[in-house]
Amino acid sequence: MSDYKNLLEVRNLKKYFKVHEGILQAVDDVSLSISKGLTLGLVGESGCGKSTLGRLVIGLLEPTAGEVVFKGSNVFALDEKGKSRFRRDAQIVFQDPFSSLNPRMSVFQLIAEPLLINKACRNRREVEARVMELMDTVGLAERLVTSFPHELDGGRRQRIGVARALALNPDFIVLDEPVSALDVCIQAQILNLLGDLKKEYGYTYLFISHNLSVVRYVSDEVAVMYLGQVVERSGNMVLFEDPLHPYTQALLSAVPTIDLDGEGKQKKRVILEGDVPSPVDPPPGCRFAPRCFRRQERCSSESPTLSEVKPGHFAACHFA
Amino acid sequence: MGGTVMNKTVTGNSFTKGNSMWRYTFIRLRRNYLAMAGLVVILLLALTAIFAERIAPYGYATQDYMMIRKPPSAKHLLGTDEFGRDVLSRLIYGSRVSLQVGFIAVSIALAAGGMIGAVAGYFGGKIDNLLMRIMDVQLAIPTILLAIVISSVLGPGLFNLMIAVGITAIPRFARLMRASVLSVKNTEFIEAARAMGASHTRVILLYILPNCMAPLIVQATINVANAILFAATLSFLGLGVQPPYPEWGGMLSAARPYLRSNAYLSVFPGLAIMITIVALNCVGDGLRDALDPKQKR
Repeated sequence: MSDYKNLLEVRNLKKYFKVHEGILQAVDDVSLSISKGLTLGLVGESGCGKSTLGRLVIGLLEPTAGEVVFKGSNVFALDEKGKSRFRRDAQIVFQDPFSSLNPRMSVFQLIAEPLLINKACRNRREVEARVMELMDTVGLAERLVTSFPHELDGGRRQRIGVARALALNPDFIVLDEPVSALDVCIQAQILNLLGDLKKEYGYTYLFISHNLSVVRYVSDEVAVMYLGQVVERSGNMVLFEDPLHPYTQALLSAVPTIDLDGEGKQKKRVILEGDVPSPVDPPPGCRFAPRCFRRQERCSSESPTLSEVKPGHFAACHFA
Repeated sequence: MGGTVMNKTVTGNSFTKGNSMWRYTFIRLRRNYLAMAGLVVILLLALTAIFAERIAPYGYATQDYMMIRKPPSAKHLLGTDEFGRDVLSRLIYGSRVSLQVGFIAVSIALAAGGMIGAVAGYFGGKIDNLLMRIMDVQLAIPTILLAIVISSVLGPGLFNLMIAVGITAIPRFARLMRASVLSVKNTEFIEAARAMGASHTRVILLYILPNCMAPLIVQATINVANAILFAATLSFLGLGVQPPYPEWGGMLSAARPYLRSNAYLSVFPGLAIMITIVALNCVGDGLRDALDPKQKR
């Protein structure tokens, strides 16, 4: 094993899909890194390529260009042995616990699947013991072991999803909107569970969400995506206190707040014009330019690069 | 885990025993009385077919020239046919051919069609196109013509008959399977299986097939009936089972000229086919419900 500074590094990653109208640039030249034991929150609106990025990072999709470096080696250049190791080390929890569990499998079978596929246990007894241990870890009652997913509520289903991801003792877990399909009170349960697991086992998370409050709650670092590109990245608090990119500013101003004091110190709301342009054959220049309130001539011809504006705080804007 | 000490912990219980999908399916099936009744009828028919020599009062070709086309009596419970042969005995022997043709032909079609459909639907693209176009070509040929061609190439006989009937039913199963696979293929749980590192074979067998079985099973039970009748058609044309060996469909068509004078000759084989089909449909319906875990109370 070579040395590595970051557990995961994404370098100039691109994923293009061929569609009827042209080439859909779902992820376009994204670079990120996550240090061991930290959580990177990835925010952006629907269709900006967050989930595609999440799938690329654990090798579910092949990138068009660029590389994903995990523990110092490129994931897409691994041999068979390395690939199976990587699969154990990097796992994913899906957004919708109603469609991500095979309806024909019992809770036991669902959680045992990764163990059986990767032959992680020597015999049946070990599998059973491990499943019970995992159910206990994620807070599923023992009696549910023979239940089927449709008999359980969303929170319990998502716990199965989490247990399944933990089964092989991964280092890194992609959480693809793990709570957005759940009720608010159950969201809190799952978020706390994920937080506890991280504290106990030192997992590294890539937390994908469109919910800014949730991201703020769980993340150590935050990256903001817009139309397949990362437009701003920084340590958590800095980004929320002092957003540099106009898109982030607009996004943050849209978070509803509760004014308990009644002092009426409402934040100034930034209203964006227009719609998100299509990611199919996007125009040159800054992708946010058509909707930007700080737009100037330069923006529609010259594409800004993600550069360090303040120490540890990156933004892709000419005027940041 | 069978005869070992009863464990107090959950780990020792039988919830992981064997292939639990089928175990649960059977438990649910047992609650469905109609399906169980159908299953009993099928089992009885199967026993009849196996022990035909013991059960049948006469041989299937034993003729009695004094008893030609006689209605049911104490001596011949279901009467005699135009050659003075006992109808009941012929029905009992005939169950062998009819059940074999029905089940084996449909099994051939189900296995081949299901596999083709699953592969086409799962892999998509060029493989899908190639396989489904072949199926389309076959669908364009009238089934009866195709069956005649196949059985005349292979020659007459029971086994060739089953192959011919089976092959003609393949496209129906393939299309049905492909459609179900397409609806299941893009769900997140398939993606989850791939993320866990499951092989294509595992994904197809454990994730796709169990979620696609319902329409296929119903189609299969209906097709058993079709296959029995289709085999009768081929026998009628002289391409199937050769006389004097009896077969329900063949008996039915042989009785056709006597429909007005000796209706019982066609009623009894017809009843035999009908009972088999109704029983099969009951089992099929029950099985479809039992295979769906959401039906569990």
